[in-house]
Amino acid sequence: MNRLHIDWTACDGRGLCTELLPELLVEDDWGYPAARTGGDLTVPVALAGEAREAVSRCPALALRLVRAEG
Amino acid sequence: MTTSSVVASESRLSSGSGHGPLPALTGAEIIAMARDAGITGRGGAGFPVWRKLAAVAAAGRPAVVIANAAEGEPASGKDKALLTAAPDLIVDGLELVARAVGARTTYLYAPAGAHSSLRSLPVELRTAPDAFVSGEESAAVAAVTGRDAVPADKRIRITESGAGGAPTLVQNVETLAHLALIARYGPGWFRAAGTADEPGTFLATISGAVRRPGAVVEAGYGVRLGDLIAAAGGPTGRLRAVLVGGYHGGWVPADPDLPVSRAAMARYGASPGAGVVVALPAGSCGLVESARIASYLAGAVAGQCGPCVNGLPRMAQTLSDLALRRVRPGLPAEVDRLARLVTGRGACRHPDGTARLVLSAMRAFDTDVAAHLSGHCLAEEGR
Repeated sequence: MNRLHIDWTACDGRGLCTELLPELLVEDDWGYPAARTGGDLTVPVALAGEAREAVSRCPALALRLVRAEG
Repeated sequence: MTTSSVVASESRLSSGSGHGPLPALTGAEIIAMARDAGITGRGGAGFPVWRKLAAVAAAGRPAVVIANAAEGEPASGKDKALLTAAPDLIVDGLELVARAVGARTTYLYAPAGAHSSLRSLPVELRTAPDAFVSGEESAAVAAVTGRDAVPADKRIRITESGAGGAPTLVQNVETLAHLALIARYGPGWFRAAGTADEPGTFLATISGAVRRPGAVVEAGYGVRLGDLIAAAGGPTGRLRAVLVGGYHGGWVPADPDLPVSRAAMARYGASPGAGVVVALPAGSCGLVESARIASYLAGAVAGQCGPCVNGLPRMAQTLSDLALRRVRPGLPAEVDRLARLVTGRGACRHPDGTARLVLSAMRAFDTDVAAHLSGHCLAEEGR
């Protein structure tokens, strides 16, 4: 199981990840990604493809997939 | 007070020189000694020292060690006092941890104002900017390597790859001074102070409504809150509450019998942290004081992370509205929502710590919240 890691120093809230992963992410008041449920960014297996796409398409290169326990 | 004098109910760190030479211990012995003593980091987070030493040593590459005296917290003066009172112990501690982790490079990271008295020490000095976040460990790494002293993303820990890619240990100077004494007198001696779960002494900086604000006091964990305040000359009058753990800490009742320990503070969402204690007088409004601190913290953001850059000013503003009785429906719920929204969404724990302070104020001063919502202030009305 993987977890989405957001490098907040790089993220500038373009919103692409929230469009690609609406099941996992919502936009906060300022357009930055927030976990839809209680801060948990664990990626369900069913969303692995979309998560990989979000990582590769983030214009700020602010997203990584990391092992969930890390 | 003269900020360089350490008042002690337990005089260990302030007992000056005359401790004799540092015993010749191996790296493994030093890590075992830290483990047996049960010493935790004195910079605020309270992480077991031996685990951090073991992690850096396990990297198996030449490491870098940074003695951290940045102390960006405005209400803290204990590291500055220690730099004056026991610089030799800090240098000894630095030597010990360097041996433990296999470090070739060591730095003492301290505010510019402290440098003149430290130049004679056999250690490379680096300047810690006067900013709240400059003491955060990844900010310290950035600063000693010539970059801006701002926190970095945590995907890769500095214990694996920090200064120049080397495994890096950042350790508070008080922690290092304790290690220098443990090396000489043993883990059992260290454990003779404090509690079984939280051994040893710590340095506290006491300010606010006390007769000698800024006093630095050494005491064992579990010390009565009243005894700490008495060591700073005692309260100037009746107290409303006490902030423990600094600007990222929490409010606790002004109960003299309350033990200052992680265990006793946990129910209030506070911890001793880096030993910062601020006494709030009965005539002051806790919401106003908390809003002032939250606004300071919002102004102290590094400016890198969107949720923090946007969220902290909004949260501080919302708490200020409540403090100044610019009330509108749902104000407390909005404070709560913003505190939860910023938590865990930054490169460092600055948003988390600020949210903790704000949520703690809402709990500790709930009667004040209710009064403010109906247009009254208990502190103003002398209740």
